Amino acid sequence: MSGAANREAVFPTRMTLTLMKGKLKGATTGHSLLKRKSEALTGRFRDITRRIDEAKRKMGRVMQVAAFSLAEVTYATGDSIGYQVQESVKNARFRVRAKQENVSGVYLPQFEAFYIEENNDFKLTGLGRGGQQVQKAKEVYSKAVETLIELASLQTAFVILDEVIKVTNRRVNAIEHVIIPRTENTIKYINNELDELEREEFYRLKKVQDKKQRDAAAQAAELAAELAAKQALDAEHLQAPSALTQSAPEDLTADKDDDIIF
Amino acid sequence: MSQTSKDRSFIAVIGDEDSVTGLLLAGVGHLTEDKRKNFLVVDNKSTAEDIENAFDEFTSARKDIAVLLINQHIAEKIRYKLDGYTNAFPAVLEIPSKDHPYDPEKDSVLRRVRRLFGE
Repeated sequence: MSGAANREAVFPTRMTLTLMKGKLKGATTGHSLLKRKSEALTGRFRDITRRIDEAKRKMGRVMQVAAFSLAEVTYATGDSIGYQVQESVKNARFRVRAKQENVSGVYLPQFEAFYIEENNDFKLTGLGRGGQQVQKAKEVYSKAVETLIELASLQTAFVILDEVIKVTNRRVNAIEHVIIPRTENTIKYINNELDELEREEFYRLKKVQDKKQRDAAAQAAELAAELAAKQALDAEHLQAPSALTQSAPEDLTADKDDDIIF
Repeated sequence: MSQTSKDRSFIAVIGDEDSVTGLLLAGVGHLTEDKRKNFLVVDNKSTAEDIENAFDEFTSARKDIAVLLINQHIAEKIRYKLDGYTNAFPAVLEIPSKDHPYDPEKDSVLRRVRRLFGE
């Protein structure tokens, strides 16, 4: 049997055939659905990668501006404020929260920046000199971090989408190249077996018919022979009484014929 | 995944002094209750091991970090770790620093982008 290795181990019955047909239909529907999902995700994915590319370039410029504003601070305050800044950190003013966006059943996180205004750890930074520059640097850097957060959400979406697309494509391929051919093979196998059974049955019936006909013919011949024998016997019987009846008048005529002469 | 992304609200930084100072001025810095910082200043004395430890702490150990910013020239030192890092949370972002302009060719994510599009 062709493709015997690549089919499911089932008994070739009509019920299994119906079952397999149902399965094939399900697999085809699932395949087209998954394919569409994969296409939708890939479209989204391309969009995101393009935006990542843009955002990364934008980030380069933004960070350059930010670095420049920090250089202004250093110039204005006369010495590096790095140490002071690092030591006065306590509570984050700038935080993010994650929102979720649903793309064809996939949850993509989106970071959203928000400020907690009462948290200001740098009240004393630049108090003596360069306070204005520090303020400006703070603003510029806040803007820069917002850009970075935007980029981070794109990048996270990229990573998640990449994973999901891989999984979806794997499933599409598995259905297309394994499940559907195997189910088709099974259906073909069942059909073949059923046809084979039917031919066998037909042949058997033919044989039975044949035998029956032969039997009937034999019986008919026997009957005919019997009938013929009977008829022959009957004929004999018929002849015998006729001889008897004939002999009687013969006797009579023989007796009387000579006497009666007109 | 949705569960873990909810309580992540901080931005961690690994970078040189200027980058860290700037980002801290924006207000990303935070001290946890046991006085652990969410940033690391890398200077000439820092070893690759220090950076790796900080990277592991921010990406695996701590569950409250949503985004990890790392200077690209520092990322270069632990490039193998970044290339092997595929988790969605926290998002690791390479940023340029004052002395080292941004090079898209080196970025782990951008390299993946390019590979996917067969460039």
